[in-house]
Amino acid sequence: MRTQEPVIETNHLGIGYLLKGGRRKIIHEDLNLRLQPGEVTCLLGLNGAGKSTLLRTLCGFQPPLSGEIRLMGKPLASYSQSNFSLTVGVVLTEKTNAGGITVYELVSLGRHPYTGFFGQLKKHDREIIGQSLEAAGIAHKAQNYVSELSDGERQKAMIAKALAQQCPIILLDEPTAFLDVTSRIETMVLLHRLATEQHKAILLSTHDLDLAIQMGDCLWLQEKGRPMACGTPEDLILSGAFESFFGKEGIVFDPSTGKLNTKAPVDPIGVEGDFLVSYWVGNALIRNGFRPAPAKEGQVNVNCLSPSDLLLTLPDGKVRKLDGVAALIEAVREEEFSTKVSPLSAQ
Amino acid sequence: MQKRITWPPILLTILIVLLFLGGLVYGAVSIPLESVIDILLGKDIGRPAWQSIILQSRFPQVVTALLAGASLATSGLLLQTLFRNPLAGPSILGISDGANLGVAAIMLYFGGTLGMVTELPISGYLAVIIAAFAGAACILGLIIWFSAKVKNNVMLLIIGIMIGYLASSLISVLNYYASTDKVHAFVMWGLGNFSGVSLMQLPYFLLFTFVGLLLAILLIKPLNALLLGEMYAANLGIKIKRTRIGILFCTGLLTATTTAFCGPISFIGLAVPHIARLMLGSSNHKMLVPVTMLAGSCIALLCNILMVMPGTNNILPLNAVTPMLGAPVIIYVIVNRKNIQYFD
Repeated sequence: MRTQEPVIETNHLGIGYLLKGGRRKIIHEDLNLRLQPGEVTCLLGLNGAGKSTLLRTLCGFQPPLSGEIRLMGKPLASYSQSNFSLTVGVVLTEKTNAGGITVYELVSLGRHPYTGFFGQLKKHDREIIGQSLEAAGIAHKAQNYVSELSDGERQKAMIAKALAQQCPIILLDEPTAFLDVTSRIETMVLLHRLATEQHKAILLSTHDLDLAIQMGDCLWLQEKGRPMACGTPEDLILSGAFESFFGKEGIVFDPSTGKLNTKAPVDPIGVEGDFLVSYWVGNALIRNGFRPAPAKEGQVNVNCLSPSDLLLTLPDGKVRKLDGVAALIEAVREEEFSTKVSPLSAQ
Repeated sequence: MQKRITWPPILLTILIVLLFLGGLVYGAVSIPLESVIDILLGKDIGRPAWQSIILQSRFPQVVTALLAGASLATSGLLLQTLFRNPLAGPSILGISDGANLGVAAIMLYFGGTLGMVTELPISGYLAVIIAAFAGAACILGLIIWFSAKVKNNVMLLIIGIMIGYLASSLISVLNYYASTDKVHAFVMWGLGNFSGVSLMQLPYFLLFTFVGLLLAILLIKPLNALLLGEMYAANLGIKIKRTRIGILFCTGLLTATTTAFCGPISFIGLAVPHIARLMLGSSNHKMLVPVTMLAGSCIALLCNILMVMPGTNNILPLNAVTPMLGAPVIIYVIVNRKNIQYFD
C-alpha cells in the first residue's frame, strides 16, 4: 500500500537532553519511524512519554542523541538552517507576541525564508500568502489584528503561516489543545484536507484520542521504555496496542467505543445474529454502559433473530424473548443485579 | 491591499522640525528665528553673543536631544521585543547602570566631570566617556555570557535587574567615600542633560549613534520574526544567537553613548516604543522602528524645551521632565492592557 518514500525517516534515533558535563538524559531510544506524505499522523502518548522531545528533535530545536534522521531522503545534519526552514514548517504551543500585527502580516512571516534582507514581499510572495490564507480558511480575517482572533482562528493563522512557508512537512505541537470542540474538529479537518489536497506530510501531537482515531491516517503511540507502535487507528485498536499503551491503573481502553473508561468489573454481553440488528443492539448496549462482545457460553448473550425478536440468554440458561431494543435494555438492566453484568462507567 | 497608515512619520517629522527650531529659538535668552537661521547658514549678523549661544550651546544641544531620544527609544523597542516584555527598557538590563558605574568611578575617584564644560581639560571627558563605555560593555558582556547559559528571557531580564542593583550599590559605595563636591558633580550629571556634548565632541556622538541606529534598521526582519518567539523565528531561518547578540550590541552601543554624554535618562526608552505603537496601531517593526526613532527624537526635543523654566534662567533637570511625559504613558499602557494587546 505504501509505495511512497517517507519524508521523514528515523533510524535508531535516540532522543533526550544533553546535560552538563557531557552526560545525557535519554528519553527514548531506537526509534525507527516513517512519516508519509499525504497523511495526517497523530503522535499520542501520556504526559512524560516524550512527545514534545520527539517533536522538538524533528523540528531541529534539539539535536538527536544517537541514530539518524533523514528528511526527504537526506540526513538532517546536511541541512542548513535556511534549507531546513524550507522543508519543515512548525506550529507550536509557544506563546507569541504577535497581537499587534495583522493576520496578513503574521502569515507573511512565513515567507521569511524566501525574502531578502529586509523581508520585502514580491508579487509572487503575496500570491502565496493569499493562497495560504484561503487554504487555511482565515482569509476573511486577513486585516484583523491577531489579538482579535479566537483560539481556533489563531491556530488557523499559524497553520496558514506554515503553509506560506511552502514546506512539504508540517509539524504541530498539540494544535487542538486549547480549542473548543468545534474548532478542534475544524482544525483537524483542515489538516486532513491539506494532507490530501496539497500532499503535505502532517505530524501532530495530541491528547485527543477521539479525534486521532477519527481523523488520523496513521497513529504513533509513544511511551517511555518501549518501542513505538505505529499504524492505522483501526489496526492499533484491534491489535490491542491501544489497551496496552493507555490501559493504566483504573483506566481501560474500550475497543468497542474507542474511548478510555474508568475500570469497572465488567463482563461482556455477547451479541450474535442478524448483522444489522446486532450492530444497533450493540450501539444501544454501549449507550447504556454495557460492553458488547462475541457471544460465548457462560455469559449474558443476545441472539438477534429480527428487530422484533431478540433472545436474551442468561448464564444460568434462562431465556427471555423480547420484542424490541427498548425492552431488551430494560431486561438487561433488570438482570444486572442477579447476574454479574454491570455498567462500564457512569458515562 | 495592505492599508498603510503613513501619517505618523509625516506628523512626527513636522513636529521634529518645529521642536528643533523651537529649541534653538527658545531659551533663557530668546533669539528670533530669522537670526537663528542666518547664524546657522553662517552669516555674520553682528551679534557675537547670539552666535556663540546658538553655535556653541543650543545647536549641539538640540542635535544631541534629537539623537539621544532616538537612541534611547530604539534601545527600549529592541529590548521589549527581544525580552517579550512591555516593561523592558535600556536601564532594566543594567546596561545604563554599567555606564553609570563607569562614570561614577571616574567622577568620584578621579574628579572628571561632564557637566561643567569650561572648568576641565578635555581629557576629563574622554576619561568619562571611555569609562561609560567600559562599564556598559562589561555589563553587556556579562549579559551576553548569561544569555548563552540562560535560555529563558524572563530569567535573563531578572539577571539584568540584579546586575543593575549590583552596579547601583557599587555606585553608593563610591559615593560614600567620595568628597562632597565630587558627589555633587556626580549627582548633577545623574540628573541628565542634553547640553553635555560640545560642538567638538558632536561628531563622535553622531558617529556612534548613527552606527547604532543603522544596526537597528538592519535588524527589522529578525525583530518581526521574534514577535512569534525564538522557536518560531528559528524555524523561519533566523539565526537566533546572532540576532540576540546583534540586538544586545546595538542596545549597548546606543545606551552607553547616550548615557556617557547625557547622563542616565529615564523613561524615554521605556515609554516611547509604546507611544509609537499607539500611534501606528501596529507592532510591525518595518514601520515601528523608524516611527520609534522619530517619536524618541520628538519627545527628547520636547523635554529639552520643557526643561527651560519660562521667564527665568533656571533649567530643570532632564530627569525631572522625562517622567512627567513618560509615567502617564506607562500607566495608560498597564491600565489598558486589555485594549492594547501588542504583547498578546
